Amino acid sequence: MTDVDMAVVGLGIHPFGRHEGVTGLEMAAIAARRALDDAGIRWADVDFAAGGSDSAGNADTSVSVLGLTGVPFINVKNGCATGGSALTTAHAMLAAGSAEIALVVGFDKHPPGAFNPLPEEWGLGSWYGETGLMLTTQFFAMKIQRYMAEHGISASTLAKVAAKAFANGSRNPNAWRRKPLSEDEILASKMVNPPLTQFMFCSPGEGAVALVLARGSRIKELVRAPVYLRSVAFRTRRFGSFEVFSPSIPLEAAPSPTAEAAAAAFEQAGIGPEDVDVAQLQDTESGAEVMHLAETGLCQHGEQQSLIQGGATGIDGRLPVNTDGGCLACGEPIGASGLRQVHEVVLQLRGGAGERQIPGAPRVGFTQVYGAPGVSACTVLSV
Amino acid sequence: MLGQRDFVPVAEGLIAGTVAEPVLLGSACARCGTVTFPHQGSCPRCMSEDVQERRLARRGTLWTWTVQCFPPKSPPYAVPAVEEFAPFGVGYVELPGEVRVEARLTESDPERLRIGMPMELTLIPAPGASGAMTYAFRPLEEEA
Repeated sequence: MTDVDMAVVGLGIHPFGRHEGVTGLEMAAIAARRALDDAGIRWADVDFAAGGSDSAGNADTSVSVLGLTGVPFINVKNGCATGGSALTTAHAMLAAGSAEIALVVGFDKHPPGAFNPLPEEWGLGSWYGETGLMLTTQFFAMKIQRYMAEHGISASTLAKVAAKAFANGSRNPNAWRRKPLSEDEILASKMVNPPLTQFMFCSPGEGAVALVLARGSRIKELVRAPVYLRSVAFRTRRFGSFEVFSPSIPLEAAPSPTAEAAAAAFEQAGIGPEDVDVAQLQDTESGAEVMHLAETGLCQHGEQQSLIQGGATGIDGRLPVNTDGGCLACGEPIGASGLRQVHEVVLQLRGGAGERQIPGAPRVGFTQVYGAPGVSACTVLSV
Repeated sequence: MLGQRDFVPVAEGLIAGTVAEPVLLGSACARCGTVTFPHQGSCPRCMSEDVQERRLARRGTLWTWTVQCFPPKSPPYAVPAVEEFAPFGVGYVELPGEVRVEARLTESDPERLRIGMPMELTLIPAPGASGAMTYAFRPLEEEA
């Protein structure tokens, strides 16, 4: 907790998708320069930086391109929560008064196809991978399968989540998948892990996002109408939470790391889920968006069925979710996704989201990133 | 008593018993009773290091499931050749009063899998050329 305001004062993005011949680190430097330009500052003005990728190199290497200013730069590697972790670090440095202006950057570049993590790096025996259990897609399928049975979510709702993502992506020049797909096309696409079909899954991809943060009096020097970062909360799993890469799970249930991170983020911000005008949620696949809607407190468990069927989460709906197309349309460069969410919310709150701008004058935004083996980071932003 | 092991397991410390009657080796916390699979040296719930090996129940009910429809990448998967791949079921089986165990399923037809169905532990050949066996659950025929 801190009494000092913090704000996102600069946004930079390198388009998501496939970029042959461009390294992840080059994308990171491009995003960083754009964020600095957007904030109207120079790299030498930054007095703290944090960033990372899962598999595209060390973020701090980019100083050789951006400039050797001696800035303290912490490399972060924390799975899908890499961006959220970098943001947590920068937020803490600003809150502590150890820095005035910080840059966070997340980027990645993955080969096509499902991720192939190695069991040994996750504390598991090699047998777990050898026998075909080391797949994130299986976990997501099994989690939503159970959830659908418990809370009355239909396959049509899963397809509608993906259809919305591609519709939103078609309005986002930085998205990868920009062709709208119908609910029927999504349901009829190749079965990957029942109940999830090919077009209900995001694909590993490439991209980079950078944000400039400022604290206190520096904010108004840089922007007239700031978007404030009201809170950042980060949690790992508790005993009893159903998480990926678990050879067994206990009978006793616990709230997910997302539920705890979201509750903490709302509490720190003094803003409730009912106040949220736009949200970006981890949508590794359609089911994740459905479940995260309730885990974050944005709706009740089971309420998603009527909300999504009724179009409430569309750009023109009551609670627009993943307005930039999310992971489904943007792809998943692991290190970049968490910051992409914040980038999109800030853009929406600025009123600068172009063709995909949500109507009215949104005041409060929320982001949630989730990753293996049970980490979640949430933010609350407001004008 | 369980018979002498008559198969090569995919990993030591994972499966005991016989092909006809295999059993999974988990652990139980002596302090809080929490059961885990596979065996681990400390309790994930209360952090006690006083844990004992536990032979888990062989029967349970299907808690959730999916089917692996595409060949997993190798590594870590043991089967390198795509043409050898056939879809396989995966699920969590709830062993009453113990724990939910993730396992391959002998059934891969979505039409024949449903949450709550009774399941029993069995062995299947592990993927790859090792000749080892791994554990799986098979649907138990409903009593007529």
